[in-house]
Amino acid sequence: MHDASPILDVAGISKRFGGLQASNNISMRVPQGGITSLIGPNGAGKTTLFALITGFHTPDAGSVRFRGEDITGLAPQEIAERGMIRTFQIVQPFAGQSVRENIAVGAHLKIRSRAAALEKAEDVARKVGLGDRLDMDAAALTVAGRKRLEVARALATDPELILFDEVLAGLNPSEIRDVIPVIRAIRDEGVTILLIEHVMQAVMSLSEHTWVLNQGQLIAEGAPQDVTRDPHVIEAYLGKGMAERMAKQAADAVGGAHE
Amino acid sequence: MRQLALLGLVFAALFTLPFFVESESWRTTIIMTLYAALLGQAWNILGGYGGQFSFGHAAFFGTGAYTVAVLQVQLGLNPWLGLVAGGALAVGVAAFIGFTTFRYGLRGSYFALVTLAFAEVLRILSNTVPFTGAGVGILIPLDPGAANLQFASKAGFYWLLWAITLGAFLTAWWIGHSRFGARLMAVRDNEDAARALGVDPFRVKMRAIMLSGLFSGLAGVFYAQFFLYLDPGIAYGPAVSVESLLVPIVGGMGTLFGPLLGAVALHAVSEVTREVIGDLPGISLVIYGTILVIMVLFAPRGLSGLVSRLTRSARRKTEGDRHA
Repeated sequence: MHDASPILDVAGISKRFGGLQASNNISMRVPQGGITSLIGPNGAGKTTLFALITGFHTPDAGSVRFRGEDITGLAPQEIAERGMIRTFQIVQPFAGQSVRENIAVGAHLKIRSRAAALEKAEDVARKVGLGDRLDMDAAALTVAGRKRLEVARALATDPELILFDEVLAGLNPSEIRDVIPVIRAIRDEGVTILLIEHVMQAVMSLSEHTWVLNQGQLIAEGAPQDVTRDPHVIEAYLGKGMAERMAKQAADAVGGAHE
Repeated sequence: MRQLALLGLVFAALFTLPFFVESESWRTTIIMTLYAALLGQAWNILGGYGGQFSFGHAAFFGTGAYTVAVLQVQLGLNPWLGLVAGGALAVGVAAFIGFTTFRYGLRGSYFALVTLAFAEVLRILSNTVPFTGAGVGILIPLDPGAANLQFASKAGFYWLLWAITLGAFLTAWWIGHSRFGARLMAVRDNEDAARALGVDPFRVKMRAIMLSGLFSGLAGVFYAQFFLYLDPGIAYGPAVSVESLLVPIVGGMGTLFGPLLGAVALHAVSEVTREVIGDLPGISLVIYGTILVIMVLFAPRGLSGLVSRLTRSARRKTEGDRHA
């Protein structure tokens, strides 16, 4: 993960809200192409980190570089124009507007003509599986539908990098199975993807590299299979001493057969 | 496109109205109704499509009205020039108010209060400076003739108003069918989501308030030329601000035809009350207030929302009958 020119280069970012150190000296380099992920227990500061990267918060220290350009402190819309788009964990549809109109707002980032933007919205809707609900009020969509809408709006902007904030949270297993191929298809079109995800099934099957955040700090990074075996990560998720107990249990179960 | 065709049809019909309406008092009624639709559509551009509820549209209206009056009376300038200057100055006032409020992200009731305050400041200013005639007001000399933007016949005034109103409605139609409009409505419905998709809320709101101010200002120019008299209470008083927002709220905010429906409904109501109750002072405000409360409680999407709900349920009913 230390290739010469990462698409996103976060260097030593920190943010404090009153007495809470939400992000503490976080550095990560997201490579061009492919899917990477950011995991961590509730309240670890994942969404805050996304907000710092995409301009919704301004970092107290550190810098963010996107495709080589320093974008620290730029407004969200300026960052979006440069090709980095985020979605929201708590879905934010334009209620009262149709699915087609919602997606067209994204399409308008690069397309001036209304007709062309609406056409593009239809294409994207079909890609994410909303093709049959184009005229529906966005507020009337199910949770799964709204998550797809978040994905569609981001995709319609023709981004270089999408930051997905828990697009799978709140979906049932069969819905998750439906959405995973959609995310893969986006990557296959050459869009770089960074996921925040709680659904481990998705992290394991989708991402090539993962960062683990706990209490505002990065505690591990690497391939998902390795990271989930990291004692620090297990303790962050399950509590102190858990890693030892699990290792012991595993050893007991195997009964020393390997040694 | 169907909506544009309907708009064309409605305005073509409106254009011919003076040929059928001969009585002076009825002509005044249709003029005041169309004038209310213009005020309402101007407000609707910012409030309905943009979600920024201004309580101070009188600031733009009064600026347009005073500009044309002062330029004529004090400087002897032709009112056609005054029409252009009035519109331009109203846009300037809108840009100033927009810049000072949107720059600092004022939304909702804070924005409403600040706009109200700006209108009040302008009212007090126009009450003190000498060139507006201060509290006495300003009288535009009667001199009928198209060159003077005054018309011997009410029909002439009506067509002038018709042209301005058509401009406002075409602007609203364009908002419903353009990138600018899509962004404006996105900002109205969810500012953060809009920003995440590359929309600059400040720029979008600035454009909206300037367009809105333009048509309010032109309405003010029309008012001054039609009544030939202004004072601070008329130009910058709250009555204009209230009428501007009441019309689209009753008719349907963020819809193309809402302000027209609202204007017709409100004027029908005020005509009826005048017949039934007579010219009791303040009665129209009581009735307007009651209507406002009823609309907000029971039909938040206004008359056009009500109409589309009724037609939809009617369609569903006929479909149901067909299936049965």
